[in-house]
Amino acid sequence: MNTPSRPADGPASVPALLHLNAQRYADAPAYREKEYGIWQSWTWAQTLEETEALALGLLDLGVAEGDFVAVIGRNRPRLYWAMVAAEMCGAVPVPLYQDAVAEEMAYVMGHCGARFVIAGDQEQVDKVIEIQGELPDFEQMIYLDPRGLRKYDHARLHQYSHVQDAGRAKRDELLPEITRRQGKLDYDSTCVMLYTSGTTGRPKGVVLSNRNVIETSKSSSEFDDLRQSDDILAYLPMAWVGDFIFSVGQAMWTGFCTNCPESADTMHTDLREIGPTYYFAPPRVFETQLTSVMIRMEDAGRFKKWLFDHFMTHARKVGPDILDGNPVSMADRLKYQLGEFFIYGPLKNTLGFSRVRVGYTAGEAIGPEIFDFYRSLGINLKQLYGQTEATVFITAQPDGEVRSDTVGVSCPGVELKIAENGEVFYRSPGVFVEYYKNPESTADTKDAEGWVATGDAGFIEEDTGHLRIIDRAKDVGKMASGALFAPKYVENKLKFFPNILEAVVFGNERDECTAFINIDLTAVGNWAERNNIGYASYQELARHPQVMDTIQEHVEEVNRSVAEDEMLSGCQVHRFVVLHKELDADDGELTRTRKVRRRVIEEKFHDIITALYDGSSSVSTVTEVTYEDGRKGSIAATLEIRSVAVQPAPARMAAQ
Amino acid sequence: MLDQADGYTTADGRRIGGVVMEMRNITLRFGGVEAIRDISFDIREGEIRAIIGPNGAGKSSMLNVISGFYVPQEGEVWYKGAPRPPMKPYQVARQGIARTFQNIALFEGMSVLDNVMTGRLTHMKSGLWRQALWLGQAEREETENREVAEKIIDFLEIQAIRKTPVARLPYGLKKRVELARALVAEPSLLLLDEPMAGMNVEEKEDMSRFILDVNDEFGTTIALIEHDMGVVMDLSDRVVVMDYGKKIGDGTPDEVRNNQDVIDAYLGVSHD
Repeated sequence: MNTPSRPADGPASVPALLHLNAQRYADAPAYREKEYGIWQSWTWAQTLEETEALALGLLDLGVAEGDFVAVIGRNRPRLYWAMVAAEMCGAVPVPLYQDAVAEEMAYVMGHCGARFVIAGDQEQVDKVIEIQGELPDFEQMIYLDPRGLRKYDHARLHQYSHVQDAGRAKRDELLPEITRRQGKLDYDSTCVMLYTSGTTGRPKGVVLSNRNVIETSKSSSEFDDLRQSDDILAYLPMAWVGDFIFSVGQAMWTGFCTNCPESADTMHTDLREIGPTYYFAPPRVFETQLTSVMIRMEDAGRFKKWLFDHFMTHARKVGPDILDGNPVSMADRLKYQLGEFFIYGPLKNTLGFSRVRVGYTAGEAIGPEIFDFYRSLGINLKQLYGQTEATVFITAQPDGEVRSDTVGVSCPGVELKIAENGEVFYRSPGVFVEYYKNPESTADTKDAEGWVATGDAGFIEEDTGHLRIIDRAKDVGKMASGALFAPKYVENKLKFFPNILEAVVFGNERDECTAFINIDLTAVGNWAERNNIGYASYQELARHPQVMDTIQEHVEEVNRSVAEDEMLSGCQVHRFVVLHKELDADDGELTRTRKVRRRVIEEKFHDIITALYDGSSSVSTVTEVTYEDGRKGSIAATLEIRSVAVQPAPARMAAQ
Repeated sequence: MLDQADGYTTADGRRIGGVVMEMRNITLRFGGVEAIRDISFDIREGEIRAIIGPNGAGKSSMLNVISGFYVPQEGEVWYKGAPRPPMKPYQVARQGIARTFQNIALFEGMSVLDNVMTGRLTHMKSGLWRQALWLGQAEREETENREVAEKIIDFLEIQAIRKTPVARLPYGLKKRVELARALVAEPSLLLLDEPMAGMNVEEKEDMSRFILDVNDEFGTTIALIEHDMGVVMDLSDRVVVMDYGKKIGDGTPDEVRNNQDVIDAYLGVSHD
């Protein structure tokens, strides 16, 4: 395909977009951050000035075209500017996960050969110092928050504001060079490189061009009618492609305002104060929120509880229809208005969703009850399906066609096809350039015609054109009997119960399925409190007989539901165990985006899996755990294994 | 011994200045009980000075002498090069000495922010009427004070509980709020009465980090009483050891650790 390296009209790079915004929206707020208890804001004009000052300072420090600049820290305006400033210098910004442990960071920084690091605070600086011996390319580090760093050796260390000051001082001298480098940026130059969390193997560096970022931001902003007056809350990891597209791509394209919370702990307060109009959260966040609402309602007075239950029942009945613009009777509408006044309005306000016009969830399947709960309140929550390699958007649900079991229709400019084995392929302007320094993987994923394998198995519904995802293509296997094995399908059903935080189902090439369960400490802990059940630790609560009984009921209910689907009825769980520890990314059991790493888990807990299949009623095990500071310890436990009732396979519709 | 004006350099390379406060032959009695007997030591600018000792050794009494709550029967407290006359605690506070308490003394019903703001009291100059009517100076002062309070809230990472009533907080956080209240007074000498009592290991590590950061960032001189020997040895530059109201050791953590009297006081010794 021969495409021009510049768009017919409009800016060809993210820095060029910033320049445009500084003109057309000069005095409109671009970024806000809560600091010292007050929302500090920067207009687009100020944002350009700050970003440019940093770019000049970076140039002064010796950032060359094609260099990689690692950016690590929580969501802060200055770190977003740092990414744009790096691009202004012709360098490539590489945002990293701030909760990554030093070894993970060492791999990524070593792989791209980052010469410069821009770090948020002392914690991140310390990590880089710890690994700098393994990084021959690393030269200089810039930090944002000077706290605790005053006495560090500043030979290779610079304070962010000082770098900006140096840039401002040399503006006249260096500006021509920055302007020249910015002028060279076009649709084909690299905008950002993002490392995928790596469900399998080492993380891969996904190279995204300005074309990918700008075209995707443009079409997705139009799809949802995003406006300059919109507000978003930037709280998801900066290393995740979604955050880059929302807080930089779409923000630059439409000119809306990106708001950064004061700290991770204040996220909910800040969400309420900002009241975003465009909001994204993974299903987990919605789940946690719903759980906490339900827990608090349990503690509410009788009348309030009754009012809540009464109006929520009504909302579930008519809420989604009102949202979709379907016909609803006058009486029901009036009652819904009343509910809005008493329950829905105040509740949305408490959750910080009063102003949400477009809300998205993605990354995992969301439980239908959870999804409906939010939609019935009048929150326009939708699903999208995407990945880093597509610059997020593959499919999304248009307004009025929202369902919990699909991920929507293909986004503007995206073509879809389903391969023989059920794997979903797509082609779009957002398709990534390559995996950095990994041509084999690039070739494996993207073919010569630009079709990209998603790695997910799914199908397109014939009547609606909506895409449905069943599972990871490589996880879809066969049972010993030849029946289809789709672990995630079952796991998701299990996870829809508030008491279950995580589930891992085994059964590939085996006679029957078994499962690991993690209980949700918030939900089960609250239940224990209300029932006067004392516990000292997660482990103790997890093996409580009554907890085991509850989980067993949940598993049996899931089995009944799985049995209804003829194709997947073989996936019913026969035996399960409640794990003695929470699966954790620090132990490598989950990815940083909290996806289950099956191979790691199978290897690490092989003794428990063996016990699940050899018929024993309990198993003793010792597991290594990693604490947050990197130290290691171990937990020993004896786990009870339960057998569960399964449903017979459905009769082969003999009646027909 | 060091001279009054001399400083010294600590093991981690910090420069410690001259004497800020000096206890000269302090004796404190409650009726017939001698809580402190003839104790002398000094606290130097910028250092972290610990007072340790077994239960009932007189550590808290010593801190109360420093803070002006107790007036010793004998001896003098020298502050910034001059003997300090007997004072009320609020007068001591105005001299730039702030403290926290062993048993948390916060206003339980008030929010964290309001509690922290009370620490700015010594910096408020406008009178009752002006404050009540929110006139010019009072408003300006409040803004300034809030700014200081917010910086400390940020420093101690308690933004998330800014508006939470103190009564709802767990113990470790209450201790941190108390520290915040002491810090907003912008003290030159900070007295901490068992800042780590009753905390778990993680909370202790956090608190230690904050104490070091306060000393490092604001250059605050810190005198602390602590039970946990490990914490004391890691944190402090010099240690005074008390036992039964007497001073039995004084020096760097290493010196104190190898002092036979101290070992006896802590491990016990047979009295025969």
